[in-house]
Formats: sequence, C-alpha cells, structure tokens
Amino acid sequence: MSREHDQGMSLIVKTITRLTVGLILLYGIYIISHGHVSPGGGFAGGVIVALSFVHLMLAYGKEAAFKKLSKQAASFFESAGAIIFLTIALLGFAGGYFFFNFLAKGEPFKLFSAGIIPLCNVAIGLKVGAGLFGIFVALVLLKFESEDKK
Amino acid sequence: MIPASVIIPLFVVIPLGGAFLISIFGKRFRPLPDMLGNLTTLALLCLSILSVKFMNDYGTLVYYVGSWKPSIGIVMVLDGLTAFMLVTVNLVALAIAVYAINYMEKFTSKWKFYTLFLLMLGGMNGVIITGDIFNLFVFLEIASVASYALVAFGTERHELEAAFKYAVMSTIGSLFILIGIVFLYSYTSTLNMAVMANVLAQKGAGDVGVMVSVLFIMGFGLKAAIVPFHAWLPDAHPAAPAPISAMLSGVLIKSLGVYTLCRIFFNVIGITPAISSILMFLGALSMIVGVILAIGQWDLKRLLAYHSISQIGYVILGIGIGTPLGILAGLFHLFNHSIFKSLLFLDSGAVEYSTDTRDLQKMGGLAQRMPVTSGTSLIASMSIAGIPPFNGFWSKLLIIIAAVQARHYGYASWAVIGSILTLASFTKVMKYAYYGKLREKWNRVKEVPIFMKLGMMMLAFICLVGGILLIASINGVFLSRASDVLLGGVNYATTILRGVH
Repeated sequence: MSREHDQGMSLIVKTITRLTVGLILLYGIYIISHGHVSPGGGFAGGVIVALSFVHLMLAYGKEAAFKKLSKQAASFFESAGAIIFLTIALLGFAGGYFFFNFLAKGEPFKLFSAGIIPLCNVAIGLKVGAGLFGIFVALVLLKFESEDKK
Repeated sequence: MIPASVIIPLFVVIPLGGAFLISIFGKRFRPLPDMLGNLTTLALLCLSILSVKFMNDYGTLVYYVGSWKPSIGIVMVLDGLTAFMLVTVNLVALAIAVYAINYMEKFTSKWKFYTLFLLMLGGMNGVIITGDIFNLFVFLEIASVASYALVAFGTERHELEAAFKYAVMSTIGSLFILIGIVFLYSYTSTLNMAVMANVLAQKGAGDVGVMVSVLFIMGFGLKAAIVPFHAWLPDAHPAAPAPISAMLSGVLIKSLGVYTLCRIFFNVIGITPAISSILMFLGALSMIVGVILAIGQWDLKRLLAYHSISQIGYVILGIGIGTPLGILAGLFHLFNHSIFKSLLFLDSGAVEYSTDTRDLQKMGGLAQRMPVTSGTSLIASMSIAGIPPFNGFWSKLLIIIAAVQARHYGYASWAVIGSILTLASFTKVMKYAYYGKLREKWNRVKEVPIFMKLGMMMLAFICLVGGILLIASINGVFLSRASDVLLGGVNYATTILRGVH
C-alpha cells in the first residue's frame, strides 16, 4: 500500500469521499451565491463549505485536509471575511448610512440583484466556513497537558 | 453638513475593525496589537466624550442603520444614559489597555488577547447604543462569548473549569433573555424597543408583562450577578488575567446586566411598584450577602469578586428606589464602582505580577517595595469603603439619603452596615498585603513596569476627583441627563420616534 493509504478510513470511504467532496463544496458555494433569491445564505452555505473540508479530514486524515486548507489560511480567511463585511458596511457609511445599500438593486429574483446583499453573503460564507473548520480542527487537535505527561 | 449622529455606529465599527485587523496582522507584526489596541480604546474614549457634548447640544440622536426607518430597520440611539455608559466603559477600557501592554507580556499570544478584548468592548458598546431588542441580544452574546474565552485565557485547569462554569451559567441567562424577547415579539410584533414600548402602553402589558419581567430579572440578573444568581462570578472573575478581571468586574456586569435591566424595565416595559420593590430587595440582599462572603476570603482576587456582588447590590438598590435622587445615586455608584473596582483588580494583578501569589496570608509589607501599587490600592480601598473625599463616599451617601427620603429606613440601615463591613474587609486587605512587616522573601520584589503604573494611576486620579461629577454644572450635562432618561420612563418611545413619519 502506498503512504497515502496509511492514514484515514477504509478504501470505500475514501472513494465515496473523492466522489462527493467536490459536489458538497460546490453546493455550499451555490447556497452562498443564491442566498438573496432562495432559502439559505452566507451562514448556511458557509457551514456546508466547512463540512466539505471536515469530510476530507475525516476520510483522509488531517494532512490531506491541511494540504487543501492550512490552519493559517483558515485563520486568515476567517478574519478576512469579517473585514470584508465591515468594509462593505463602511462603504455604505461613506454613501450616507451604515450598511446603506449603495449598489444598483437590479431586477428581483435574478442572480445579480439586491445590491450589497450577495457580497455580504460571500463575506459571511468566508467567515463561517473558515471559522467552523477552525473550530473542528481545534477540537480534534486539542491535547491537554495531563495527556502529554502520560 | 454631516449630521452629528454619524458618530453613533463608530462605537461598534472601531473596536470590531481593530479586532479583526489585529487577528490578521498581529501575529506577524509584533508591536501592532499593543499599538492598535491602545489607539482604538483612546479613539473610543475621545468619541464618547464627544458624544456627551453632542447629546447636550442636539438632544437625543437616532441613527437609522442602512437608512431603514424604525419598526423595519435597526436604530441606534444616543441619549443621556447611553452617553454616560459609553464614557464609563471606554474610560475603564483605555486604562486597562494601557495596563495590559506590560502585564500581558507573560502570556504567549498577546494578539489573541487584544482581539478578544476588542470584540468584548465592541459587544458592550453595541449593547449600549442599540435601540433594537434583538440587536441588543446579539451584541450581548458577542461580549459574553468573548469573555468566556478571556476567562480561560491562561488555559490552566482551574481557569478552564471556571470558564466552563461561567459559560454554562451565562448561557442559561442568555436563554432566559432570548425567551423573554420571543414573548415580547410575539405579543407586540416588533423588535424595536421604542415601538415596542408604544404597543405595550396601548395594549397593556398584562400577563405577558409579568412573565417577561420574571424572565428578564433572571436573565439580566444572572449577567449582573445579583445574589441568587451570583454563583459563577467568584469563580470566573479571579480566574481571568488581571486586566480581564478588571474589565469583567468593572464594566461587563454593568453594561450587560444593570444597563439592560434599567433600559428594558424603565423605558420599554415601564417600571411598576412591584418590580421596584423586587429590585430593592435583591439589591439589599446582594449588598449584604456579597460582603459577608467576602470578609472571610484570603484569596485577594476572590475577595474582590465577592465585593463586586455587594457593590452591584448598592447600584440596584439605588435604581430600585426609583426617586430622582435614588436613580442618580445608583448610576453615580455604577460609574464609581467601575473605576475603583477595576483599579483594585489591576492592583491585585500588579501584586501577582511581582510576587506570584494571591494569598493574603503570604504577603505583607509590600508597601515598602511597591509604593505605586500600594498607594493606588489605598485610594481604591478607601473609595470602595466610602471614606470622604473619595468618589465612593459621595455615591453611597446619596444612596443612603435617597433611601431615607423614600422612607425605606430598613434598606438605608442595611446599606450603612454593608459599608462598615466593606471597610472592615479592606482594612484586612491593606494590613495583610501592604502594611505590617516586610517578609524576607519579598526583599527583592520590584515595582511593576511603567505602563502598568500609568494605567493604575489614571484610575486612581479619577477615584480622587470623582466627586466633582456632583458639581451642578458637570452633573447637569452628564449624570442627571442619564437619570432623566430613566425617570422619563416610556416617554423614551416618543423621543425616539419623533423624526419618523
């Protein structure tokens, strides 16, 4: 067996994961980008995006998952999401009101509509996705001092 | 011309922006957390002093977030009480941020500390300025969650245990608040506090009002650590690093507990004699139980934590009396307590920084080696014990006078007894920690570094001159504007909805 198979779960799980993980990620992105026209949005989509990475980590072990999204990158994306959200709100502030919807609203129920709301959804999705992945990593990797001593 | 109300959202924007910038760049660029953390709090203090001026020049200011009018959108409100609380919170925050420059050196990740600190500050400012009850809950959770993490900051066993206990208890409190908000929303079909007050005045609060009042007294009482709900505080506050203990005891329990309690009971539901007497009773109970539990403690920070319960009792008693003087005295004591209790916690942190112990029985004679710490500690102890001319004396005196005027002689005498017991307990602190014979092992103890001294001296100075807030010209623009908002009761709604058509 190659070294790739040393970690993680059995071959069946890995094969299924390989087939589904891209679809899960894509579905998360779909939910984020259609947040303003259908149920869902930044938070729900962000959770699904995070789940795709969690899925990868469960099936292939932590190295494979960290190769796709390292801890530093997750931490950066989390803060960047918050900064982008705040920047959007502040751009509205420059246009008169905090959170003012300064972009053209477009036609209702079209993908490119609703002004700043899709952009806010993207920022929230980034924050929630990276944040939830970070929480999962923290729970998995956390070791107490007492365990180290043993 | 730019309207004056544009400063209102800045109280949330600045700390949140600072927090996330630190979390991105703070790890790589080491001096950044200190600089940004202090600049942010300094800017917030300047803005809050500016907000007092604006509030006096233009009256109550209302900000429509995203230009949506009330009952649809979120409003942010700047009135007398808001400006008063903003000054209190941001003043203490600045002193603590200065102190933390040196103190937090002993922890490895300073940038995490500043990120969480600024998130907590942003949450508290948000609770204070918002005019929307659900928005209030969200900011309350931001501040609470950040504080759970900060209590566990040392990640030792007892710190994690205290943080877990705090998290569980505080979440239960939040749950009560959330259920209360759900009931109010289903009854009034609005989340805007001003519109809600109008609807409640028209329909009558009825049974829902009683239910919601009980839930809010439990929920916000838990956040404020009033006596039957106080069990988390003596564990959580001593476990945190000293700047955070100061922040939690100094301002967090006030902005999340006392302020919200006042705002909702006085301005939204409308105060009734029943609620008033419940508040007075719980206040007096906390006052006495807190101080009796404190007097036997030997752990310096735990002793201070029990005193927080007791002093919050004074604040609640003053506000519960409900007369103009009582409310003024309660709010004045809130301000004073946040100053001297933060100072006491910073002092205890300084002692721990130099000697590495919090046990009063192991200290002794530290005044000879640490003159600034013992001097500021003496000022703060005399303030909390109510010795003239320090600020605590004036507010306690006013609370007692207010109780006598309202013919609550029993409560007045309990307040006096509580004050005497406080004096006894701080005499003990001063004697065992700072005076008496210097022990041999403390011969090499050094005074703390410059920024810690600076932070403590700032607060000590305010303790010394705090009484000037009662001088008519200053009182008129600051304190009495805050108590007027509470005395105005549900007229709050009329003021907020003035500009809406």
